[in-house]
Amino acid sequence: MYRGLAIVFGFYFLEELLSKVLGLMIPGSVLGMILLTIALFSEVIRVEWCEKEAEFFVRHMSILFVPPGAGVILYLDLIKSELLPIAAALFISFFATLLITAKTVEVLR
Amino acid sequence: MNPFGIFITLALYYVFTEIYSRKRVFILNPVLLTILSIVLILYLSGISYDYYNESSRILTFLLGPAVVSLAVPLYRQREYIYRYSRQIFAGIVVGGLVAIISAVLAVSALGGSEAVARSIAPKSITTAIAIGVSEKISGIPSLTAVLVILTGIMGNAAGVEVMNAAKIRDRVARGLAMGVTAHGLGTARIILDDEVSGAVSGLGMALNGIFTSILLPFLAVILF
Repeated sequence: MYRGLAIVFGFYFLEELLSKVLGLMIPGSVLGMILLTIALFSEVIRVEWCEKEAEFFVRHMSILFVPPGAGVILYLDLIKSELLPIAAALFISFFATLLITAKTVEVLR
Repeated sequence: MNPFGIFITLALYYVFTEIYSRKRVFILNPVLLTILSIVLILYLSGISYDYYNESSRILTFLLGPAVVSLAVPLYRQREYIYRYSRQIFAGIVVGGLVAIISAVLAVSALGGSEAVARSIAPKSITTAIAIGVSEKISGIPSLTAVLVILTGIMGNAAGVEVMNAAKIRDRVARGLAMGVTAHGLGTARIILDDEVSGAVSGLGMALNGIFTSILLPFLAVILF
C-alpha cells in the first residue's frame, strides 16, 4: 500500500516540481499522468506496484469534484443571464461531438 | 482546519450514492445532487463558499493524485491502443477539436460572454482534468466542473440512444465517441452494452484528457 501511494504522490510531486521549473502550460496533474504512463509503458514502474492504490483514486474520484463544483454559487447571476447560450451550446456540442467522432471512426474501419 | 466541509460533502454524497444505487436514474447523479445541495445549504444558511471550500481543501487536493492515477487504467487497456491505433488517433483528434470548437462557437453565436466560452471549452474531458485546464485558460473552474458533469449526464442518459438512432454499429466507434464526448459518465453507461466499447471509451476519455489539456491553451489564443 505504501509503495503504491508513494508512486502516485511521487509522480504528482515530480510534476509539480517540473511544471514550476519549466513553466509549462499543461495543467498540474496531467503531466504527472503522462509521466506515470510513460514509466508504466517503459516498465520503469511495474503496474502491480501501484494498481490497487491508483484504482482506489479513480473509482472514488467523483466526490472530489464537489468542492470545486459548489463554487458555481459565486456565479449564479452569470449563469442566469446566459442560460440560453450555455444550454444550447451544451446540447449542440454534445450531438456534434458524439456523431462526428463516431462517424469518423466508423469510416476508418 | 475546520472539518465542516469534509463532513457535509461526505454525508451528502453518501446519501445520494445510496439513493442512486437503489434507483439508477441518470437525473439522480450523486455528484450533481451533492453540488446542488451544498449550493442550496450555503445559500440558505449564509455560510460563505470560501469557508466551505477552505474546510474541504483535503478533498480538492486529492484531485492531483487522482488524475495521476488515470495512467493505470490507460496502461491496462494498452492492447486496444495497439489494435485500433489508427481509429483511436483519428477519433481523439477529430472529437477533441469538435468538442471544443462547437461549444465555443455556439456560446459566442448566441451572445454568451467570453468567460462562459472559456469555461465551456474543456467540457468534454474528465472533470478532474477539465478543472485544471479551465484555470490555465482563464475560465471559471467551478462553472467548468458543472458543465462537464452535465455533459457526462447527457452522454449517460442519451448517448447510446443517439448513436442507435444514427445507426452507428461499430463497437470501437461507439466506445470512442462516448468516451471522447462524455468522459467517465458516458463510459459507465456504454460499458453495460459492450465490453470492447467500454474499454475503448475509457481510453478515449483518458487520451482526450491529455490531448485537450495540451492543445487547448494554444487553441485558446486563436479562439479568444
